[in-house]
Amino acid sequence: MIDYHFDWSVITRNWDKLTDALLLGLLLAVISLAIGCIIGLLSAYARLSTKKWLSLPAWAYVEFIRCTPLLLLIFFLYFGLPEFNITFLNKFESFVLSLSLYAGAYMSEVFRSGLSSIPKQYVEAAKAIGLRPWQRQVYVVLPVMFRITLPAVSNNLISLFKDTSLAAAIAVPELTFVARQINANTFRVMEVWLTASALYLATAYIIALLLRQVERRYASIR
Amino acid sequence: MDSLMAPGTFLFEAWQARASLASGLGVTLLSSAFSIVIATVCGIAMGVALSYGWWWLRLLSRLYVDLMRGIPVLVLILFTYYGLALFGVNVAAFWAGVIALGAFATAHVAENFRGAVESVPAGQMEAAKAIGLTFGKRLRYVILPQAFRRMLPPWVNTGLEVVKGTTLLSIIGVVELLLSAQQQMARNYMIVEFYLLATVLYLIVNFTLAQLGALLERKTSYLRY
Amino acid sequence: MTEQPLLQATNVRKHFGAIEVLKGIDLTVQQGQVVSLIGASGSGKTTFLRCVNLLEEHDGGEILLDGDPIGYRMIGGKRKRLNETMVSAQRARIGMVFQQFNLFPHLTAAENVMLGLTKVLGKNHAEAKDIAGHWLARVGLGERRDHYPYQLSGGQQQRVAIARAVAMQPRLLLFDEVTSALDPELVAEVLSVMQALAESGMTMLLVSHEMLFVRDVSHHVLFLDQGRVAQAGPPTEVFDNPQSERLRSFLGRFHGIFGR
Repeated sequence: MIDYHFDWSVITRNWDKLTDALLLGLLLAVISLAIGCIIGLLSAYARLSTKKWLSLPAWAYVEFIRCTPLLLLIFFLYFGLPEFNITFLNKFESFVLSLSLYAGAYMSEVFRSGLSSIPKQYVEAAKAIGLRPWQRQVYVVLPVMFRITLPAVSNNLISLFKDTSLAAAIAVPELTFVARQINANTFRVMEVWLTASALYLATAYIIALLLRQVERRYASIR
Repeated sequence: MDSLMAPGTFLFEAWQARASLASGLGVTLLSSAFSIVIATVCGIAMGVALSYGWWWLRLLSRLYVDLMRGIPVLVLILFTYYGLALFGVNVAAFWAGVIALGAFATAHVAENFRGAVESVPAGQMEAAKAIGLTFGKRLRYVILPQAFRRMLPPWVNTGLEVVKGTTLLSIIGVVELLLSAQQQMARNYMIVEFYLLATVLYLIVNFTLAQLGALLERKTSYLRY
Repeated sequence: MTEQPLLQATNVRKHFGAIEVLKGIDLTVQQGQVVSLIGASGSGKTTFLRCVNLLEEHDGGEILLDGDPIGYRMIGGKRKRLNETMVSAQRARIGMVFQQFNLFPHLTAAENVMLGLTKVLGKNHAEAKDIAGHWLARVGLGERRDHYPYQLSGGQQQRVAIARAVAMQPRLLLFDEVTSALDPELVAEVLSVMQALAESGMTMLLVSHEMLFVRDVSHHVLFLDQGRVAQAGPPTEVFDNPQSERLRSFLGRFHGIFGR
């Protein structure tokens, strides 16, 4: 740091670019979480099924994703799918697909443990008033499960948001990509990366705070 | 057999690439191992600070952990890589990556350590005090053996995250397994095949690691609650 | 021929693996009657109750509700299990109150009562809300309708559970040791609600350890012992003239209560 003089004008000049990039990352994370939740819910039910042809593929999917690096998945879908003549995905869609598949496996684990931790008495009470099987899931099991798993879902959203930084590797102009660009053009290393870190940190913190509020609202389960 | 191994086939290309891929795999394993060792040593130390430190030490370590959990690993890696050069420290990209990954995983190990220690009933610490053990001995002989089993599964998970995280070193030019596979693709255009090959290698490494964790967990199953 | 019983169980059997829990239970409940099952834990009372509501499947004998077999129908002389939709429809005709209340934790007291009314009986929201309000008031919880279960005491939760069951206007109401999980000072409020229900003519089948209450409210009492009905009759007969040593010793445990 001997000869380093801070010059924050590089940040103020590029502020709009940086915040746009941040929002793009946030958007990608939210979309991927939404799709990931659907994949996760379906595969969690599949894993808990007594039918082997349902539970086995779901297990394989979760284990496969858990052991595969996200960056590899991103590259594979972005560069590999066109080899199968699947060319209609642009880099944004391709990245969302990767992150959704990745999130799906993690959500699957969260939902599976949530579903199996629901006391069976609730299901019996639902049976006793005559609710049909799918009604028991929709009106009793799922609402309780979502409340139980909310903290884990929040953590996953924050992780996914951080993982959007990997989109930089396929030139999606999110925060890390833009920061690296500014870094390369100006060599203001400290300013750029301190700002990027602070923006990520602040956003993660705000997400955590917001979700804490949601959790408090639904704290009817003790 | 001859036709399978003829030039231009996948097996031929994979055989041609064996040395590069092996060296890439070696870099992946080595950087993972260094990061995990750093994270385990520093993480346990920080975990002790987090659970038992003076208030300012607890605050500092808590700050560190939350900082590391809010910043993407890739940003940490890029920051370390470009930042260290500024200090005139001329480290190779490999070490910049190892430091960043180690710093990230340290936070995870510390937090897991705290969780595991807190899961040991408070009465255990009191009983250990009552028989006159010093702080170090209470930790060493009473708390840690009980917390150990609880630490294992998240520790293995952190290990998996680190191995997967080493792929990010490719972005700062470290030729680990992913980049080495990509270099082969640039030569032979077998994109799908070589990505799949890399995937299989990662699966083998991570599956082995997960199995090792399961084995350790079984070996310590005498500790039950 | 007397009128058709509301519930008639004949030779009901149930195994859990190699263990036979019910070894042929016979029981008749007439419309408007209160019938109680007493016995030591493990005697099969709760299992029998759960069979009536199809939470367990009996594997021998038959249980008829208004003459319809519960859980299966006969096709060409063979027992065929009903599908889940039909089972659910049968359950809707029987109400059940559990030992652990089992209120839905994500719903308020009123919403707990309304769930079955809207989703099973197909009533609209406003109507269901009125019915829920009516029954919650009847169990003395009109003021607590918007409270979540965790905001209610055990006795209050159990009264909501009773309202939830009665609101469905079941043919038969089952009570499975509903006061066992309550603190002693909360038992009375639940029993008085049950008493009022009995007096209003609700048909009830209950498993209980509250011997004074059972004696007071029942038309008929069955003492179950090791999966069999060891003695049955009107409460005065069962309580005052026990035929077996086991019933005597079982009742002896409650002697303090009768001495009061």
